[in-house]
Order: sequence, then C-alpha cells, then structure tokens
Amino acid sequence: MNTTAAAPPVTTTAETAFRRPNYLNAAYGVRSWLLTRDHKRIAILYLISVTTFFAIGSLFALLIRLELLTPEGDLFQPDTYNRLFTMHGVVMVFFFLIPAIPAVLGNFLVPLMIGAKDLAFPKLNLASWYVYNLGGIFTLWAIIHGGVDTGWTFYTPFSTHYSNTYVIATALGIFINGFSTIFTGLNFIVTIHRMRAPGLTWFRLPLFIWATYATSVIIVLGTPVIAITLLLVAVEKTFHLGIFDPALGGDPVLFQHMFWFYSHPAVYIMILPAMGVESELIAAFARKRIVGYKVVAFASIAIAVLGFLVWGHHMFVAGESIYAATIFSVLSMLVAIPSAVKVFNWTATLYQGSISFQTPMLYALGFIGLFTLGGLTGVMVATLGFDVHVHDTYFVVAHFHYIMVGGTIMGYLGGLHYWWPKISGKLYPAFLSKLAALLVFVGFNLTFFPQFILGYLGMPRRYWSYPPEFQVLNVLSTAGASILGVGYLLPLCYFIWSMRYGKDSGDNPWGAVGLEWDTTSPPPTENFYTTPVVTHGPYEYNREEVHNRMSQEVTLG
Amino acid sequence: MRSSFPLFPDSASTHAGTVDAIFIIWSLVSIFFTALIAGLIVYFMARYRRRHSEEVGANEEVSVWLEIAWSVIPLAICLAMFVWGTRSFFDLYRPPADAVEYTAIGRQWMWKIQHPEGQREIDTLHVPVGQSIKMKLASEDVIHSFYIPAFRIKQDAVPGRYTSIWFRASKPGVYHLFCAEYCGAEHSRMIGSVIVMEPRDYQNWLAGGSAGKSMVASGGDLFQSLACVTCHRAGATGRLARGPALEGVFGSPVKLVDGRTVIADDNYVRESILNPTAKVVAGWDPVMPTFQGQVTEEQLSQLIAYVRSLGPIGSAPAGGTGGTPAGTTTADSPSAATTPQTAGPGAPQ
Ligand code: HEC
Ligand SMILES: [Cu+2]
Ligand SMILES: [Cu+2]
Repeated sequence: MNTTAAAPPVTTTAETAFRRPNYLNAAYGVRSWLLTRDHKRIAILYLISVTTFFAIGSLFALLIRLELLTPEGDLFQPDTYNRLFTMHGVVMVFFFLIPAIPAVLGNFLVPLMIGAKDLAFPKLNLASWYVYNLGGIFTLWAIIHGGVDTGWTFYTPFSTHYSNTYVIATALGIFINGFSTIFTGLNFIVTIHRMRAPGLTWFRLPLFIWATYATSVIIVLGTPVIAITLLLVAVEKTFHLGIFDPALGGDPVLFQHMFWFYSHPAVYIMILPAMGVESELIAAFARKRIVGYKVVAFASIAIAVLGFLVWGHHMFVAGESIYAATIFSVLSMLVAIPSAVKVFNWTATLYQGSISFQTPMLYALGFIGLFTLGGLTGVMVATLGFDVHVHDTYFVVAHFHYIMVGGTIMGYLGGLHYWWPKISGKLYPAFLSKLAALLVFVGFNLTFFPQFILGYLGMPRRYWSYPPEFQVLNVLSTAGASILGVGYLLPLCYFIWSMRYGKDSGDNPWGAVGLEWDTTSPPPTENFYTTPVVTHGPYEYNREEVHNRMSQEVTLG
Repeated sequence: MRSSFPLFPDSASTHAGTVDAIFIIWSLVSIFFTALIAGLIVYFMARYRRRHSEEVGANEEVSVWLEIAWSVIPLAICLAMFVWGTRSFFDLYRPPADAVEYTAIGRQWMWKIQHPEGQREIDTLHVPVGQSIKMKLASEDVIHSFYIPAFRIKQDAVPGRYTSIWFRASKPGVYHLFCAEYCGAEHSRMIGSVIVMEPRDYQNWLAGGSAGKSMVASGGDLFQSLACVTCHRAGATGRLARGPALEGVFGSPVKLVDGRTVIADDNYVRESILNPTAKVVAGWDPVMPTFQGQVTEEQLSQLIAYVRSLGPIGSAPAGGTGGTPAGTTTADSPSAATTPQTAGPGAPQ
C-alpha cells in the first residue's frame, strides 16, 4: 500500500527511535492508561486482562490434567473436579478465546490497517474494557466462593434445579461480559464501514479486516441470544418458572437449542480472526499476494452465515428429530468447505513465494497443520452415525481443542509475535521464541492427539475417574500439557523482557507491506502523520517502493 | 478380555462395523489430506526459501480450475460421508419388527434397567447375542446419556420424555456401560457393565433371577390399582362409561378435539397419563385426572407396556390381563410378551 505520508526519516538506532513521540510515551501514569481513549492503549489493557484470564484458565487445565494422571479420582473430590473443568471452560471460552484476537489484535490493528486515527467510538471502546473486567470480577467472585459445577454448557435441568453452586453469579458474569463483546463488534463494524482511508475500497482491505468484520457480525447477532438464554436460566432458578425444567412444564432440549444457537457461531468468533491473522502472516512471510484473495474474503462471510445454521449438530443424540439432525449434518459439512478452501489457498500462496522462517511464520505453519486436523475431525463428528459413538467423549474434546487451541491460540500467538515490534517497538529473542513455537506445537499434539484415540475407545468427557485401560493415553496427554505450559510461559517472559531489554525493531522489521507498517513503530497516538491514500491491494510486494524498504528487514535469528 | 493398553475398542454389535468403517475410511482421507498439505508446505519451504533480504514472491494467481477443484472435491467427499453417516444413523432409530423392548431409567447416579420379563438390574445389563433390543430411555432427574462404546451407540435420557435406540449384540463378553452426559458429582461413577451372553446362558440367567412379574403384567396390576379400569374398561353393560377404550390405540392415529391427529406412541401415552389435558381425544370430556407424582418412571413404563399390549377390543391382552391376576413370567419366550404391534416409529421420540 502506498502512503503519501511524510513520515519522519526512518531510523534504526534505538535511542532516536524510542524517543520519537509514540502512543506509549505520549503520556505517563496510571490515569493516562485507565482513562485513555487510544485504541492502541486499550488493546494493551485488554492484553493484560486477557493474559490474566488465560493464566487462570490454564491453571485449571493443569489441575484437571494432574487429576487424570491416574484412573482413580485421588487428587480432588469429584465436586472439586467438576468445578475445575467448568471454570476452565467458562474462563477460557468467554474470557480468553472469544475476546483474545478481536480485543487485543483487532483493537490495535483495525484503525492502523484501514488508515484511521482511532475506532469510531473510542469511549465505547474503553467502556467495553471496563465491562469485560466487571464480568470477569463477577465470575472470579463465583470462583473464589466455590465455583460452578455445571460445565461451561450449563445444561438444564442440572443447572437450574440440581446444582447448588454459583450458577447465577457466573451466568451474570458471562451476561455482562457479552456486552463488552458486543461493544467491540459494533465498533469494528462502524469503523470498517465509515473510516477507511481514501482509496481503500473493500477489495483492498487486508484479509484480517474481512475476518474481523465477519466476526463482528456474528458477535452482534449471536451474543444477545446467549445473554437471553442465561437470563432465562437465572429467572427459572430464582422464580421457579417452567422454561427449561420438565418438572415445571419446560423443555430441557430448548435450552440446548438456544445455547448452541450462540455457542456454535461462537466457535467462529474464535477461529475467524485467527484465520485473518493467518492470511496476514502467510502474505508477509512469503512476500506474496494471498492466492484467491476474494475467495478467502468471501469464505469468511460464508462461514459467518452458515455458522448460524448448524447448531443442532451438538444435539444429534439429545432427542432431536432425525430429520432435523440430517439437515444440521449436511449444513455442517457445507461449512467445512470454505475452511478447506482457505487452507488450500494459504498453501498455494507459498508456491513461488519468498519464504522466511521467522518466529511468526512458524506459528502460521503450525496453525495450518493443527487447523487441518481439527477441520477434518470436524467433518467426522458432523457425520451422523459416527457422532453417535464419539459425541460427549474425548474425541470431541480433542476435536474442538484442535480448532480452538490449535487454531485460535496459534493464530493469536503468531499475531502477537508478528505485530509485537509494531506494538512495542522492540524485538524478542529469536532462538527462544522459535523454541517456544516448537514447544507449543509438540506439546499441543502430545496433549490432544491421544485424546482422539481415547474418545474412539469410548472414554466419556468430564470423567473424574476412569477405567484403568485408559491410563497410558491420559499420561501422555498430561505430559504434553506440561510441555505446552512451558511453551506458553516462554513468550510471557520474553515479551516482558523485550520491553526493557529488547533490541529496537525499527519501523518495519519484517519488510512487510500493509498500512500498519507505513507508520512508525510504535505508532504515534494519531497513528499516521498524514492520512494515507491507498492506490492498490493489500499484498503488493512487486513494486519499486516496496523493494526499497526490504533492506530494512531485521532478521531475528 | 480388555487389554491394558487398547488402541481400538471392542466391536460387539452388528452396528459397530459400520461405524468402524466410517472411522477407518475417513482416517485414511484425513491422513491423505494432512500429508498432502504438509508435503506441499515442506516442499515449498525448501524450494522457495528466501535467498536474500530483498527477494519478493511472484505475483502468480492459481488457475480458476484449481480453485474449483479444491472446492468441489472436498465437497463431494463430504457429501459422500454425509450420505453414508446418515444411513447408518437412520438405522439406529428404526428397530426391526422383532426388537424386544428393554427400559433403562437414569437417575443420579445409576441406571435402572428392566427386562420385558420383569427382571430388574442396576448398572448391569444382561442381553442375549443376536437379539434385536430396543432400549427405551427415561430419566428421573437430569439428562443422562446411555452409552455402550463396544456397540457404538449412545442416546441421551431426557427427563419428561422417552428416547430410544436399538442394537443387536454380536459377541459375548463384558463391556462398559457409561453415562456420557455430565450429570453431577458422581457422573464418572455412573458406569456399569453390559454382559452379552449366548441365548441359552441368557435364558438360564433369566430363570435363575428373582421371578418378578413381566412389564406387561405389572402394568396390568397398576391399571387396576390406579383405577384406570373404572373409566377405560366397559362395565357390565358393555358400555364405556367415562373414557375411551384403550384397546388397539397404541401405534394408531388418534383424533384430538382440536382437530389434529397424532400417532399414539410412547410419548403420547406418557403425556396422556401425566398431563391428560395436553391432548384430549375427540369426543371425550377432559375428565381424566393427572397421575403426575403418583407413578414412578418405572411404573409409567410398565403402564405403557400394558397399554401397548392391549389388542383390539375383544382380544385378550397379550401379557397380563388388567384386573385379573397377572400372567406368570414368560421366561422362556422373551419376546412374546412385548413384541410391539407396530414397528417402532422412525423418529426418536
Ligand atoms: C376419570 C376417568 C379416567 C381415569 C381414572 C383414567 N382415565 Fe385415561 N382417559 C379418560 C378420558 C375421558 C380420556 C379421553 C380424554 C383425554 O384425552 O383426556 C382418557 C384418555 C386416556 C388415554 C388416551 C387414549 C386415546 O384414545 O388416545 C390414555 C392412554 C389413558 N387415558 C390412559 C389412562 C391410564 C393409564 C389411566 C390410569 C393410570 C387412566 N387413563 C385413568 C378418563 C380417565
Ligand atoms: Cu458447533
Ligand atoms: Cu452422567
């Protein structure tokens, strides 16, 4: 992309670069952060919150894996174990996976990528962060007082009638948190529609923006449904109205319909932004236009639309009619196609590229591998006769972790590593970061691949104790989880380290194109010195101006 | 018979082979595509690695045909999977006409199983090899899920309604019975065994057990003691006093006052007993009292078994006789007492 910006002369010496005015040194003090309206600072605030919740959710996961080392339930009481996996799911899904990429990377990048000064509603953006934390505090309060034991799915009538844990407090936490997601989604939609730089037509938008846009639409349409559903659970529990409870004349399966009407699309809220990141990484590290740009862009929209029509695939054995099941099955197969197409397009983009193996690219390649496996097993579980056997077993657990952890977290980490120089102006250590990427990949597969086998053998999910013949695979899984844990800790350490001790990155350490790289790193508060004017598509590497800046590239390793 | 480190589950039902075939074929497809993508990536990585820092990629687009191919081929494969999977799924909900009906009622945290002959078991299910068995499922509290991995079948037991699934065991042995839907504190202990026996051993087992009454006979007794007879059986005059005759009702269409016609299946009869005003039979006043709270899940399924056993008016009920002392356990003809008059309806109820 071309800008007419007369940026200050690009410099690579640490001293001068960092003293340049940027959003980080624009103001100091806690107030300047807590009352900021700068989308970049809000992204950092979100980064801190989201990382905290990720740590809490991971801790729960660790405890779950420890309990499952042995077949007997020996570490915790079953009640405690049930709370652990519930809180793991609640925290990870609602407070990490859903907000992670949109609220951190999206907040930081959407204005930069479209050449805007900020999001359309900066105050709403700040409000969303406060609302997120308020919801988080409610949930943490519930955790500290004893937690919930319903599973993150809150199935009725267990949640409304039989569980006497903190269902309402947790539901309220998720309810409140939903508003923060909606605020963010609305903000993105309006911003992308109204604030694109001159010349930045829809088909010149980076694919990350397309993915974020599709995600925002799902958020705005879907989140109210989960809010209403959880509200109804609270109403039924408080006033004993028969909505979902058969003893009161309600229908427990209705709850499942409402829950999955949101929670299936929520899977796409988690994975679409990661797909967007993936496109950016592949383009940047193959220095090439993404093959089939329009196809990839529309695939995001297709996924968003179809994603709303497949919720019933979670209920094949829940007593739904076999004809409904048939329709949900075939639609679920259809939604796999745009995902498959994206994988092929990314792979084809490497063809005749100029591929470099910097750390973010390792995550991008890992993403393709894990997402492919997650997607293929997704088609398996969408297959009716097959799903009857593996539904509610570890097979499904493995499948959705391949998508949500293998996909979303790989995308998130890849994105963080790619844009970290943009965010902080600093470089992180090459060897350590590549090692971390490797540990994450290996640890992840060791954790979750055995679970496919466990599931096919028939081990049900949410089991606190299990028959002894499942032990070997569970031990492998726990071993993998420990490696994965180290893989996650490393980036936390070296990112923090790099802020103080990291080498200065220069403005564009990857020699990448994209409006966000046309300004300084870290960017000034108003993002651009002059409004950029866009004259071509997002990934045009074959141009004179681009060639000139390649020499800026810094190699990490 | 269970190895200590199995990598593939036991297969012990006629259905298991189909699921395994889907699994194996799709695993091969998955391996193929994963290897294809991984292979391409590795090749491209080696072939097109960046040689100097100013190098950029070519601006090549792929041909439209390639783009079409990699959309259409996966689509075709997925649709083939869909057809295959759907056929095997429909089979699971269409029990053959000779299927015998067993009842399993889930409650926190046990499975209560009743054989048509009246035998009751908890967390254990004895079945003969080669017999088609329809499991009718209900729950007394929360949702549970009846899961026998060796048979590759699973069905949720949902409170307030009946669901069902069927199987035909093919290999004697002892297999896991799990609850697959999270149901509270002791969910992981809601497990038991399925014991598949040769038919002769099964008969011996039946004969050796406590000689309870058959489902139908117990239902007949209830029909009497709960005074259903007072309304549903003709008095001395031969005229029905207050309620419709139930003979021949099960499995046939019923006209309702609101003009709809419904098929009288398990869930319909269940609702008629627990919530009679929900669907009122055309031509009758809604005077039937509710029996909600007066009958347990088990009694309910016995009553239904009895109603189902009632042939058309005039013919004797197949099993027990409502009112008259019930027939003895028909231990040596397990299916006679309960063969449904109509094959089970296609949809899970
Ligand atoms: C006070 C009289 C009365 C009693 C006692 C009674 N019923 Fe009924 N029942 C009726 C009437 C009247 C109808 C038809 C109106 C309706 O559908 O509510 C009916 C309908 C039914 C139906 C639906 C019949 C059809 O043709 O679709 C079933 C099944 C049934 N009853 C079973 C029972 C059972 C089992 C009991 C005992 C537990 C019982 N009833 C006790 C009066 C009675
Ligand atoms: Cu889903
Ligand atoms: Cu259970």
